[in-house]
Amino acid sequence: MGSWYASRVSTAAPLLNERPRHSSLVRVTHWITVIAFIALLVTGVEILISHPRFYWGETGNSLSAPLFKIPIPSSRQTVPTGYGYVLPDQNGWSRYLHFEAAWVLIITGLVYLGFGLWTRHFRKNLFPGRSERTWSAFRVVIAKHLRLAPPDEADLYSYNVLQRVTYLVVVFGLFPLVVVTGLAMSPAFNSAAPWIVDALGGRQSARTLHFLLSISLVLFLIVHVGMVMVTGFARRMREMIIGNAGVPREHA
Amino acid sequence: MNRISRRKFLTGGLITTAGVSSLAVAGGLAKRYGLVPPDGGGIFGPGETLTYAAHRLFSRHALAREFPRSMISKTPFANSIAPLSTEFKGLQSRGFTDWRLSIDGMVARPVTLSLGDLKSFPMRNQITEVVCEEGWSYVAEWIGTPLFEILKAAGASPQGRYVVYFSIEPDWWESIDIADALHPQTLVTWAMNDGDLPVEFGGPLRLRIPKQLGYKSVKFLTRVMVTDSPRGFVSSLDPKSPNYGYSWFAGI
Repeated sequence: MGSWYASRVSTAAPLLNERPRHSSLVRVTHWITVIAFIALLVTGVEILISHPRFYWGETGNSLSAPLFKIPIPSSRQTVPTGYGYVLPDQNGWSRYLHFEAAWVLIITGLVYLGFGLWTRHFRKNLFPGRSERTWSAFRVVIAKHLRLAPPDEADLYSYNVLQRVTYLVVVFGLFPLVVVTGLAMSPAFNSAAPWIVDALGGRQSARTLHFLLSISLVLFLIVHVGMVMVTGFARRMREMIIGNAGVPREHA
Repeated sequence: MNRISRRKFLTGGLITTAGVSSLAVAGGLAKRYGLVPPDGGGIFGPGETLTYAAHRLFSRHALAREFPRSMISKTPFANSIAPLSTEFKGLQSRGFTDWRLSIDGMVARPVTLSLGDLKSFPMRNQITEVVCEEGWSYVAEWIGTPLFEILKAAGASPQGRYVVYFSIEPDWWESIDIADALHPQTLVTWAMNDGDLPVEFGGPLRLRIPKQLGYKSVKFLTRVMVTDSPRGFVSSLDPKSPNYGYSWFAGI
């Protein structure tokens, strides 16, 4: 599980002279987001089961044609699923927890955004440098991945352009959009800001997009955790929990 | 403990203290200004309170979206209901001519109204969406008497902060706050699209609240009670509640 990589790095360096790989703010907000995301995912699946059909436009129900449906049984007998049984209804606590976790995610996201701008985290660590903003820089990194080449020194201390762009898409694209499409399913929110749900193409379009964005976030999660495991699970976890993994200061 | 970590310890302590005390102050203010929902306690209380407070601060008077006639759904979906009581069937067999709606609780003049009496009030028709917590929806035209007109005629007390409303069917009630009760789109509905309100959609009388999810729109309405406390009539995670354990505020 990537120990070949971890073993290339000396872990015997003195701990005192180190700069953390991730700042405490990044670490704390990362793990709160992990907890909130898992809660949202589990309860989101539970809510989805009560109507595993998706539509485009403003309206849609069991009597209208779906855009697509998920081939699973439902927790409602009014949904035509093709299965001869109905799953138990768990929407009560699922909805309570979904919206509470959404608040945790939003507040954590805003704190991360504020401190990220204040400490120039995004500029320093996520926006690609001028030399990296070229197609050839992308090609080099992608080719390296395809060759399964071991990471080099620079990968220990900063993100490559592919990682930077991925994190930027997740932080500034997928997460804000999944929140907005979620809000666009709220009847009271839609009364206050009707232009948002209209811009998304209607309430059912917002619901469908909310589902597709959630799937994208789950795919990101799988690749993200996969890469952590490939590049040394213990080391990466140490970096994200206590901040450093024995990297001497002069490299930082 | 070296100097840096002591400084960090002090800063962290200060931030935590400031955070906890501002939460306490915010909680006190929320209670004072009526921003805590009746199910604002327990583990899901903070999330529910944030949602309810945000809506009361920012969308209290906003109008639910109304749609052009061309967007009325060709296939409105009537959710399944329990078998109707003999009391209901008796009234149905007489064409609902002796159906009554009573207004009581904190009102100066308790009244009992027939369907004919209701139609003598100023009426309103609106094309709004029914949004089910399961995910589906449809748009229909709803015609009826705004609840605020009836509350005004009955002389509802300014001390009344909630309205509890009952179906003729057993164990079917809901409650809303006075803001939604007096909202111009909260409609005691007796007609839908081109005719009387069909029984499967809640006829002869249904309280439609387009700014909240469908489960707040109780079918077969017979009684409206003004109260200063909805105690006993709050849907919550309480397993004794007949309301599936869904959150009290369904504006989401």
